Amino acid sequence: MFDNFPLWPARASTAAGNVDALFIFLLIVSGLMTLLIFTALLYFAARYRHRRGVLAEQIEGSTPLELTWSIIPFFVFMAIFVWGAAVYFKGRTPPRDSTEVYVVAKQWMWKLEHAEGQREINELHVPVGRDVKLIMTSQDAIHSFFIPAFRMKQDVLPGRYTVAWFHATKAGTYHLFCAEYCGTQHSGMIGSIVVMEPAQFEAWMSGGTTGPLSVSGEKIFAELGCVTCHRADAQGRGPNLQGIFGKPVKLEDGRTVTADENYIRESILDPGAKVVSGFKPVMPTFQGLVSEEQLNALVAYVKSLSQPVATPTSTAAVTLQDNSKATGNSSGSQVQ
Amino acid sequence: MSMATTTLQPVERENYLNKEYGVGSWLFTTDHKRIALLYLISITFFFFIGGFFALLIRLELLTPASDLVQPDTYNKLFTMHGMVMVFFFLVPSIPATLGNFLVPMMIGAKDLAFPRINLLSWYLYIIGGLMMLHCMLTGGVDTGWTFYTPFSTAYSNTKVVEAGLAIFVAGFSSILTGLNFVVSIHRMRAPGMTWSRLPLFIWAHYATSIIQILGTPVIAITLLLVAVERTLHLGIFDPKLGGDPLLFQHLFWFYSHPAVYIMILPSMGVISEVIACFARKRIFGYSFVAFSSIAIAVFGFLVWAHHMFVAGISIYAALVFSILSYAVAVPSAVKVFNWTATLYKGSIHYDAPMLYAFGFIGLFTMGGLTGLFLAALGIDVHVTDTYFVIAHFHYIMVGGALMGYLGGLHFWWPKISGRLYPEGWARLAALIVFLGFNLTFFPQFVLGYLGMPRRYADYSHMPEFQVLNVLSTAGATVLGVGYLLPMLYFLWSMRYGKPAPDNPWNAAGLEWMTSSPPTTFNFEKEPIVTWEAYNYDELDTGHKQEVKVVG
Repeated sequence: MFDNFPLWPARASTAAGNVDALFIFLLIVSGLMTLLIFTALLYFAARYRHRRGVLAEQIEGSTPLELTWSIIPFFVFMAIFVWGAAVYFKGRTPPRDSTEVYVVAKQWMWKLEHAEGQREINELHVPVGRDVKLIMTSQDAIHSFFIPAFRMKQDVLPGRYTVAWFHATKAGTYHLFCAEYCGTQHSGMIGSIVVMEPAQFEAWMSGGTTGPLSVSGEKIFAELGCVTCHRADAQGRGPNLQGIFGKPVKLEDGRTVTADENYIRESILDPGAKVVSGFKPVMPTFQGLVSEEQLNALVAYVKSLSQPVATPTSTAAVTLQDNSKATGNSSGSQVQ
Repeated sequence: MSMATTTLQPVERENYLNKEYGVGSWLFTTDHKRIALLYLISITFFFFIGGFFALLIRLELLTPASDLVQPDTYNKLFTMHGMVMVFFFLVPSIPATLGNFLVPMMIGAKDLAFPRINLLSWYLYIIGGLMMLHCMLTGGVDTGWTFYTPFSTAYSNTKVVEAGLAIFVAGFSSILTGLNFVVSIHRMRAPGMTWSRLPLFIWAHYATSIIQILGTPVIAITLLLVAVERTLHLGIFDPKLGGDPLLFQHLFWFYSHPAVYIMILPSMGVISEVIACFARKRIFGYSFVAFSSIAIAVFGFLVWAHHMFVAGISIYAALVFSILSYAVAVPSAVKVFNWTATLYKGSIHYDAPMLYAFGFIGLFTMGGLTGLFLAALGIDVHVTDTYFVIAHFHYIMVGGALMGYLGGLHFWWPKISGRLYPEGWARLAALIVFLGFNLTFFPQFVLGYLGMPRRYADYSHMPEFQVLNVLSTAGATVLGVGYLLPMLYFLWSMRYGKPAPDNPWNAAGLEWMTSSPPTTFNFEKEPIVTWEAYNYDELDTGHKQEVKVVG
């Protein structure tokens, strides 16, 4: 019976347990408050119902009581706030060394590309026990990437990257929904998240691929002529991109920004916005010349320039490494 | 009965209803009570249109497949349900009808400060309403009532600009109503009617008016910007044109979150009046209840981004808006505790308005407590944009606001119409609304936690959601009956109801010292107030003495 009438969603990620624990705590707190109010209400309603000849007793109020029922709820609320903030902070901070998946949303489908090059539509295969970071953007309206079984949701915006992550704990197939209304087929913009055991996942991964995303990115980098200015020897007209990803960059106007996915994206599409100190704004815009997928590949390529040569973004990264730091909330780049 | 009519008909006193007849006497009236009735008729009309859309939505969701209407039609249905209900029913509901009728009487004035502006506000509402109707009849709009960009400015093929302008115009009617109330409450109180003697209904309307005046211009500007971007392609919100889609959400919610308090605060005012009357007591902690309205109005402006926790705002912004959202929960909780405490040692009567008030407290408590879930950042990530949110805000805006509205209509109906409605039917309707409401919306909390997203025309890949949807649709039909009943017996009572005495509930407050229905200028001479609000002790001891003398 409960197959057709579930009362609790599947729990298949590390975040799911955290969210459920807080949810249950809130059910208890609000249940108690409801009980308190309703009991008082019903008791007074019955006890003090109108009787002929009995007058109501006028009571002006009571400041101590008012303070009590302001301050106690306030502290209860603060406890909920802190707990909620802790769960959120964990859920918003992808651990370092997460496996990366690029997501492009459009009306009305999800296009997903693994860093290793596998492309999927409306379906995402991921292994149990690994941190997976999603780097997402939209080609048109706002969408929202929602996996109820992972208690994870993040809006996907046009013109910028948003980031989310999860750590699946249980093999199975789970719903993927678009949660931000996006037009006619909004309710058709759904898919599946297939969580596999690591061995099966590797078998799946070794299927057809066009090679790692960063390799495609390197090709595009050459084709578009980026390589003529962004030379590896610091003699080019543009900054040398070796090792810059994730590092602070000093700009012409004195500000310092971190070279994250959004900065690289912006520098390709709107190069004049944040020019690196010591360089002239000579780079032309590539707005309209590169697709979202090509942009993702370029970003992946620039990122790969900052990784130790020994572990390029090849299938080596796929080898089973039981990443148990799933709940670590350290130092990864934060979601904007 | 026949005796009553024969004795009463010839001596029917002049009142605001029978003073003049004819369409012109209504369309050009500046009497706040007549304008209130014009509003009452108009918003009831829109309520039933919005309700009809809701019914179609619930029928579509009875089965998982998209079979009753096309997905495009479904998208228009929930969009227009939201726009009609929010902007053409809930926002004006209590202020423009009960507020318009009662604010001048409660403060002891002949009318509002600007009677012609009051009439203008109704005309603006009607013009906006006609634009909305025209928009709906010539194709409709499918953006969701939230108009999120860049969908609304670049991707929707429907009448976005027309809908936006309709709401733009109707917004001014809301601003003018608020303006009129603020000025009247400041300047037109009768001698002796000090701020601390004002009924809590007035405090609630004062707080509401502040939000209407300060918030509504922001939504007006925002919708104008949407229209400008859509027609002239100026880059404001669409990143393809160099705009920022999140800017829209900030502007939209800067009004639309406080707008929730425009809907609920007047209801809270009604509930304070009703509970005081039917418990025969002064409201417990009068000044705390009064100032909590002001606190809600002020804090309400500081929490808007709690609608955007997964929209792409920074973690730190989310922390600030979460903590502020908990701050605004405190004054709401204080009100509930004070109403409950008012019952203590009261002398409680269970007439229909009181049943609605109990219903209000029950539903508002559940709506408020589920707000604590949504303000918790970690939980909001999972339940935002799902049916959990739908259920939560319906508990507040329909469970709370509409219960208060119906409770108020029942309480003041004898004053408004001069007639009594059938009490038994009214109690039955209160019960049906309460049960139907819970059956409709409680299952949606469960659906939301299970993960069913809002605004889905089709859930055929998720058949596990059907049982709860069927329950919800069943509840909606019960709720529909509950809402139809009062309209029927109110209409019935206007012709067949017993004539109402001037103060059928023996209630405190200046409005009950006028005749039922009141004369055009409310009071025969300007009242001088020498008593505190809710002087039920004086009323009841006075009443007892009177009975003794007569007996």
